[in-house]
Order: sequence, then C-alpha cells, then structure tokens
Amino acid sequence: MLKKIILPEAKSDEIHNKLTSKDILLQKLKMKFRGKVIDVTCLNNFSRVITTISKLTKVCVLRLTPTNLFFVLSGKVTNGGVSMWCELPQANFFDEYQMEGVSAEDNDICLEVTPENFSRALKTVQNAKAVKIKLTKKHCPCLTIVAELLTLSSFSRVVTHDVPVDVIPRRLWHEFKEPSMPDFDVSIYLPPLKTMKNVVDRMKNLSNFLVIEANLNGEMNLKIETDLVSVTTHFKDLGNPPWGDYASQGSTLSQNRDSETMAEARVDIKKLQQFLMGQQVNPSKAMCNIVHERVLHLILLHDDMTLQYFIPAVV
Amino acid sequence: MISVLSSPAKSLECYHACAKPSAVEEEEAEVVTLYRGADLENNCVSCSSTNYSTMPLSTQSQTDDEQYILVASLDNAHNLSNILKAITFKDHAIFSATPNGLKVTVEDSKCLQANAFIQAEIFQEYTIQEDLVGFQVNLTVLLDCLNIFGGSTVPGVLTALRMCYRGYGYPLTLFLEEGGVVTVCKINTQEPEEPIDFEFCSANVTNKVILQSDSLKETFSELDMTSEVLQITMSPSQPYFRLSTFGNAGNAHYDYPKDSDMMELFQCTKTQINRYKMSLLKPSTKALALSCKVSVRIDSRGFLSLQYLVRNDDGQICFVEYYCCPDEELEE
Repeated sequence: MLKKIILPEAKSDEIHNKLTSKDILLQKLKMKFRGKVIDVTCLNNFSRVITTISKLTKVCVLRLTPTNLFFVLSGKVTNGGVSMWCELPQANFFDEYQMEGVSAEDNDICLEVTPENFSRALKTVQNAKAVKIKLTKKHCPCLTIVAELLTLSSFSRVVTHDVPVDVIPRRLWHEFKEPSMPDFDVSIYLPPLKTMKNVVDRMKNLSNFLVIEANLNGEMNLKIETDLVSVTTHFKDLGNPPWGDYASQGSTLSQNRDSETMAEARVDIKKLQQFLMGQQVNPSKAMCNIVHERVLHLILLHDDMTLQYFIPAVV
Repeated sequence: MISVLSSPAKSLECYHACAKPSAVEEEEAEVVTLYRGADLENNCVSCSSTNYSTMPLSTQSQTDDEQYILVASLDNAHNLSNILKAITFKDHAIFSATPNGLKVTVEDSKCLQANAFIQAEIFQEYTIQEDLVGFQVNLTVLLDCLNIFGGSTVPGVLTALRMCYRGYGYPLTLFLEEGGVVTVCKINTQEPEEPIDFEFCSANVTNKVILQSDSLKETFSELDMTSEVLQITMSPSQPYFRLSTFGNAGNAHYDYPKDSDMMELFQCTKTQINRYKMSLLKPSTKALALSCKVSVRIDSRGFLSLQYLVRNDDGQICFVEYYCCPDEELEE
C-alpha cells in the first residue's frame, strides 16, 4: 500500500517555469542526498529541532555538508536584520547519511526550505519504524520524507511527504557562511529561559523595545520604559562564560573591562520573544554576548545541536 | 437563615448611624472592617476618627520606609492581582488607601462602578502615613507588572510584592521577587478623579438576596448575550427572584425560589422590576467567577448593588462591589 501526500503544489505557471529551470540545474549538478533515521529518540529530537526553527523563521536555508546540517538565516533587512545559525552534526540524528555536493571541491548542498512544512511532515511520522529523507526531483526539487509505519499485518505501510525546496546556486552561497564570533563587550549565561520568557512576554505587553544589559559580574537586567511605566528585572549570579580562546584571539576589550560596567543593546522585543517562544527544551548551556549598542548574540548549546541567534540593536 | 435575618443590621448600627448592612452576614467581622474603609470615603467623620486612633498599634516597623507615605507588602502577589482582575474593564483605576486598607475603583460611562477592597490585614505589612492617600494608575499596566513572572499558580512558587508610594507626583513603585530575581516597576500615577457617589444607602434598599455564587455562575454563563438588557425581578411573592433576557432567539427567565439551598438570605419587601444594560453587567462576571457568595441589592431608585465575597489563596476574605444604574424605568 502506498499512500502519497504531496504538500503545496506549484501554483502558477511562472513558479513552475522557475522550478523547471531549477530542476535542470539540479540534474546538471548531480547533487545527491539521502539520510535515514531509525532511532525513535533521534527522530523526535530532529522533529523538535525543526519545530524550533519553524518558530523562528518562515523561510531559511538548509545547508548540507558531509558532517553537518545547518539551518541558516542571513541578516537581511527583510528579516529585520535577524540572523540565525543552527548546527546539527548529522551523526547525532542519522543512522545512514549519504550526500554528494555540487562538486568535489564544494561538497555542499544549499536549499531554501520552509521549516514549517518540513516540521509538519515530520510530526505526522513520529511513530514510524524508519524515516528516510532524500533530495528528489519531482515536478520541482523536493525533500522527500518517506516513513515506514508500524503495522500489524504483513503489508508495509509507507507515507511519503514531498516538501518543495529551492536549490540555491553556488554564486549565492557566500551569504550563508557561519557568522564570525562578534567582538563582544560582555558575555553572560542566561537565566532559565522560562523565567526570561515570562518576563519578556509581560514586557512585550507594555513596550515595543527592550534594553538588555549585562556586566562581567554575572548581572543582567531587562528594562523597558514607556510614558506609563518603567520596569526593570534584575538577574544576578548568572556567571560569565570563560571564552578562553576567543578572548585571547580578539576580545581583549572584555578582559580589561570593569566588571560592574554594563554593556547594553536595545532590541525589538518581538524578536527576543520569538526566540524564547521557540525553545521547547532547556539547553545544557544558554548564554548571550552583547556588543554594546550593536548586537545581541544568543547562543544555545544542546547535547545534539547548537543554535546561534543574532538580534541587531536599534537606536 | 431566618435567625440571621434579624441580627446583622443591629451589629453594624452601633458602628455608625447610617452604617450599611453587611454583604454577607456570616462574615460580619470582615464586613465591619470593609465598611470602615468605605465610610471614610463617604466622609463619615465620626467613624473615621475612631478608626485612626486604633490604627498605629497594628502597624509594623516603619524605619527604612519613612520616605514613603504608603508601603504595603504581600508574600503572594497573586492575592492582589487576582482581586484586581475582578474589576478590570477600564484602564483607569482610582486607588484610595486609608489605614483600614486599599480601595480600588474602576468606572464606566458614569453608570457602572466597581470597587475592590483589600483590607490592611490581608497585607503582611501595611504602613500609611496619612489618613487618605489617593492616586490613579493604569490598571492593565499594573496587572502586567504584578504578573511579570508569569503569575504562575505552581504551588510553592510565590511572587513576593512590596508596593510603595512616596506621594503626589511620584510613581507607584512595585518590588517583585521570585526565586531570587527582582523586578522593580515604576508606574506613573495620575491625578485621582473623584469616584462617583452612587448614594447607595442601606436604608433605601428595598430588596436584597444573598446567593451562593455557584448558582449564579451557571446562569451568567448561559445568559443570552444577544439581549441588550438583563431584567431583574425581585418580589416578596412569586417569582421572588427572576433574571430575564430578551434576545434574538426569544425570552428567557431564570427563577430562584426563595427557599432554595442556594439562597442564603431573602429579604424582599416590594415588587421591583428593573433593567440593566447587559454590556455594563458583563464585566461583573469576572468578579462572580472568583467569588463564593454574592449579595444582590436594589434600592428604591432601582440602583443595583452586587457585592462579591472573594476568598484568596490564603483563605482570607476580600470584597468586590459593583454598582449599576438601571437602564430605564418600567412603567407598570
């Protein structure tokens, strides 16, 4: 029995034509990707990561390398300047993983995906015996998710989801490189994300902008100020990550810094809220770096993946 | 029930000549404190003076807070936010603090007034340097501040609150603490408006019933909201206590027999039929949802008073009161 579900089909001729050209591109470049997940925990974790990504952005780039999967959002103005870098070592999720990039020198695949579609497809196959994910060319390039479901009879049941993707040409790849560690003024561990989320949620009701400030004494404040009210939440004893390597490399600034002096960034409160909303599982480490009046750099370290999120400061 | 009927008025009369009868007789003690606060507002000079003399004894240390004219602390901020939710239907809230406690008033269209009373005893610390401290703040903002840590109802996790006010022109400052994290909120205050005096006096009350809130909750949740008005009939004879709606789908009547288990007190002297705007009464369902008992009173002018007895997380009792003008006079 073969059940086929095709997610959003190409709507207009225009799109179709565009996709057909991509199709040719795909064919020409001979890219290959095929992965298989058997372990149910890995499948759940993978699905959770994709769901988190889908809460953060509508569209992003999935970059596949022989060792890693990256979900990337570049800090374009259309994204409100927010950028994201999420790194998943493939071995943490996949039992089988084969890929062939554009060429031997550039052994990468870059796809534009809608994480929401990907997440929806994965959610429906949570109890599958095995899930295969592969890059296919149907009427358009797709990530095809083939799930073999549990069955009591001798017939196998297979569900197939086709998630349309766009292949990103080689010349645009430079936009999706790992962001360099900013030369931050202060780096600090974050308080429990749930507490932070509660505070940010309420502050969002009161104001559009929030000031986050921290020092090297383990103190962090979240502040809002409007005509009606000013609210400041003080966190203390959070600790500052050592950053041995990075500090010696460039950030001499933070070494000579007075431990009480605050570095601050004023950010769009919705973007911070969105970041906190997407977190379903507490990371093993959560921290943030502040480049004074420039950028807020949030880092979450999970056992099986890392997520970096950059929110630009506004004046 | 009947034995209670005769006693309450007396116990309060000695307190003040024009004392209002208690909302719910069983809770006499609380009601007395409640109305001390209320009477102060009504400029009952004789009463208030006696109250002040007893007040300083109960107050706690005021050493480090001398700059503030009002300091109120709560171990559980939820006890305040919960009762304020019962009167949240407009942004502007008038705060009147007296040595007896805090009264918060919200009004709408000069036809509806809601008061929440939080007696001084509810607070772990309550210090006031003046006889009356009044200011106005944005209630929605205040509630967001009180719930800054999410207002969780997880047992064992409490948000502690310290509320301070330095006086005219200063903001209302809240210090909130949960799990070692401190939030400081400074809410700008405005010139307090004079609350409307509905001149609702117990002497003019013609009809009164006290019900267990559960019985009304069900009715209010089923009320036909397409009806513009809620008609309340109170009468010493049939149908005793009736709520009626006139909606798109027809008319509905809810009758409460006077000997019902839900009816704790039935004191109707004259048949009265009055209509109240549904839109005005709707906010009162928030108070109803929190309350355990409700007293419904109507005076000779048809003005409606709803008094709700609300029990907080610690089992203490607070009151919420709604006054509403009748929509029109029914010609009989």
